[in-house]
Amino acid sequence: MTAISLIVNGERVEAEVPARLHLADFLRERLGLTGTHLGCEHGVCGACTVRLDGAIVRGCLVLAVQAEGCVVETIEGVSDSGELADLQEAFWRRNALQCGYCTPGMMLAAADFLAHAPDPTDRAAIRAHLSGNYCRCTGYEAIVDAVEATARARRAA
Amino acid sequence: MNGADRPIGRAMARPDARRLTQGRGLFASDIALPRMVHAAFLRSPYAHAEIGAIDLAPAREMPGVVGVFDAAALEGRCAPWVGVLTHLKGLKSAPQYPLARGRVRFQGEPVAMVVAASRAEAEDAAERILVEYEPLAPVVDPLAALAPGAAAIHPELGDNLAFARTIEAGGGAAAVDAAAERVALEFDFARHTGVTLEPRALVADWNEGEQRLTVHLGTQVPHMFQTVLATLLGLAERQIRVIGPDVGGSFGIKIHVYPDEMAAVAASRILRRPVRFVADRLESFTGDIHARGHRVSARIGVAEDGRIEGFAVDDLTGVGPYSAYPRTSAVEANQVINLVGGPYDFAHYAARARVVFQTKAMMSQYRAVGHPIATAVTEALVDEAARRRGIDPVEMRRRNLIADDAYPCASPAGMKFEALSHHACLDELVRLMDYDALRAEQAGLRARGVWRGIGIASFIEITNPGAAFYGVGGARIAAQDGATARLDAAGDVVLHAGATEQGQGTTTILAQVTAAAMGVDPARVLVKLGDTDATPYGGGTWASRGAGVGGEAAFRAASALRENVLALAASILQAAPEALDIRDGVIVDAAGGAERMSLAELARIAHFRPDTLPQGVEPALVASRHYVPREYPFAFTNGVQAAVVEVDAETGFVRLLKHFVVEDCGTIINPLLVDEQIRGGVVQGLGAALFEECRYDSEGQMLNATMADYLVPMAAEMPDIVIGHVCTPTRESHIGAKGVGEAGTAAAAAAVLNAVNDALAPRGARITALPITPARVLEALGIG
Repeated sequence: MTAISLIVNGERVEAEVPARLHLADFLRERLGLTGTHLGCEHGVCGACTVRLDGAIVRGCLVLAVQAEGCVVETIEGVSDSGELADLQEAFWRRNALQCGYCTPGMMLAAADFLAHAPDPTDRAAIRAHLSGNYCRCTGYEAIVDAVEATARARRAA
Repeated sequence: MNGADRPIGRAMARPDARRLTQGRGLFASDIALPRMVHAAFLRSPYAHAEIGAIDLAPAREMPGVVGVFDAAALEGRCAPWVGVLTHLKGLKSAPQYPLARGRVRFQGEPVAMVVAASRAEAEDAAERILVEYEPLAPVVDPLAALAPGAAAIHPELGDNLAFARTIEAGGGAAAVDAAAERVALEFDFARHTGVTLEPRALVADWNEGEQRLTVHLGTQVPHMFQTVLATLLGLAERQIRVIGPDVGGSFGIKIHVYPDEMAAVAASRILRRPVRFVADRLESFTGDIHARGHRVSARIGVAEDGRIEGFAVDDLTGVGPYSAYPRTSAVEANQVINLVGGPYDFAHYAARARVVFQTKAMMSQYRAVGHPIATAVTEALVDEAARRRGIDPVEMRRRNLIADDAYPCASPAGMKFEALSHHACLDELVRLMDYDALRAEQAGLRARGVWRGIGIASFIEITNPGAAFYGVGGARIAAQDGATARLDAAGDVVLHAGATEQGQGTTTILAQVTAAAMGVDPARVLVKLGDTDATPYGGGTWASRGAGVGGEAAFRAASALRENVLALAASILQAAPEALDIRDGVIVDAAGGAERMSLAELARIAHFRPDTLPQGVEPALVASRHYVPREYPFAFTNGVQAAVVEVDAETGFVRLLKHFVVEDCGTIINPLLVDEQIRGGVVQGLGAALFEECRYDSEGQMLNATMADYLVPMAAEMPDIVIGHVCTPTRESHIGAKGVGEAGTAAAAAAVLNAVNDALAPRGARITALPITPARVLEALGIG
């Protein structure tokens, strides 16, 4: 067991964790933050995407002990802060989610794109950026529409 | 009742989906109960082996372990099941147990189970279990499995042929072969699987004090599982509660009985505490139901003018070592031969389907069961025949599709069609895609060495099944759905229904039809689904039945509630019930629309001041109805898809440029949700077209059981999808809705296959195997 101390969604968390526990399991099983989902646990599907010190990472490929001293943000945190409110509203209105299992990871990946892309309205660029997040339900077009609509609205604002 | 400003026809977003954008869903894999422990499985590394001694003792010594089980330890705790139904005549299978007894018959079959304080500890302990195996020859190839002298996977069944069926109509194969033009093609369709993003998941909670079992299960069919669990565990149905929480994708994967899930449920009863089992991705790839995996020899006969005389088809499919329970593994092949040629007017038909046991993962129903196979075979044959006769693919279909005024009618295979719209859909598709312009562009690009292809695929789709699907064969699988509508104390409506939600939007659809029947806004309807303790018995979600069957049940329940409310209002207002109506939540005079009383006021009186009601008036503010279609076995839908692709003749890569769908699902309750069902379905079909394949070696080992190796469609490879509609409501129900959930998947791969072959045709190359990998393209071109 290793003692870790980190900030999760603005709250200080102290815990004793086994070295093999990955961050997504830590968030889900220890902290009850079940909005971070697990789809493959080998870094491919993107369902466990969270922010670690501001950068998006696969929660299944980061060990909890590696998050020592870090700032972790999950879908619960960015929802409560209101940071993604426009993107969430766009996803909802466009029906850019069906079962909703990929949605938290998709949302964090899309938010990262919106924050950093040279042209966040470029549909091909949206598709390329989201290609690390698997969605079996929607066929992606509605997701691309929602991200593009959010980018256009932010640009107009 | 219909129209954008009315509940039915409104493109409203799903009220219950906002929480999912915030990560505030509750999936089975999220549920944690007091004293909960976790199950992990030791699975067979062999496709086929005798099991010798099993030593569980080392696992028992491991940290956190509370129970270790093999088949002997579960003896008497869960009855075996056999996946046969009487209407699939001759279908045979062997008893299947939660943990393998005596033999393992596929790689990944559960052999032993450990239950421990954490999943990690359960896995640690499972590795310590010692199992002696005596490997047997794997039976991988379905044709070899049928060869004389092939070892029977279940010796007591005699051979490996699980099921066979033939159809002969008109002049049969002889008439097909006597046609002026005959095309014969050999098809190979890969196995694939659902790859739900949330793996199968459950928390089983046996309460020894109550003598009741609660199972939180990622499922499409809570009531079916209640019945299955009662049957296999020897309990009464009232002792079992199945709760279907949010489900992270299903697509037909989550309607089957799986051995590991039954073992985890049995463990909860033995240990008298909650047990969670969540499959990991490897367990999903090797343990979830696989689908497709067909080899088809098929012929079409056409007259000189391109008129189709008939089809002959021979389908061979390997389904693993058992027929799945309780829906069997014979349905897909059965559907293939029921559906080949379905959109067309032809006289002669000969078909054979053979379903074969083999030592690979089990196969059964998955989204659009059989349709993608039947559609790809049919449409490839139609296109090839057109090519040989020098007829444009659109013109070929215009000459052969069943006329829009020919209904009702039946196909040579015996499928009954109430009313379809093939020609109207094709006309709309040609307009929507600007077919002539695309052909002109194609010709121009071809001159410059760019290999564009345009592929058309008409299809029919089975939706709204009645009892013909399973019930007539003796399965306790409900084709009917129940709904109960209730007026709450504030005058809003609460609907409980047997239909279920996995993200399609069932909850929203039911709110819309309930609102339409009641005369209120959908925002005033609360819909509750997925709890066998609380909802009326119903079939749940499969075969595109949620809106058409579940929706009609809700409409009828809400209509009955409306009648009850109006009767009560009439007694309060001293009016005739038929002189009153409910509009926008207010009871009004039917003539003139003058407001008489709000639903809130009526609910207040009924709930809190019944003493003021006239003597003898008994408010009945709740009404239930059950619905199942009875006139037709299925409500067939139809449509047509088109793919535009570009083939790189040097690398073999196929790029999807655009996809078009025109579909007729009858009444469209919510255009937003219908279109997204179609898009999602299309993309699953595009995965089959280009990427998806469960690859096995000759030893029966799955070679690509990770998400890095099994390719699924991702955002970058997928095209935008343009959708149009033709609307032919079914007259069998009030709402007139047919299903739409599988239509996209039914024909997407067929359209791509035809498009690729359209691109390759000038080079004299042709592909008849899915997925269309770069290697296959290059092979067809004679390169590499």
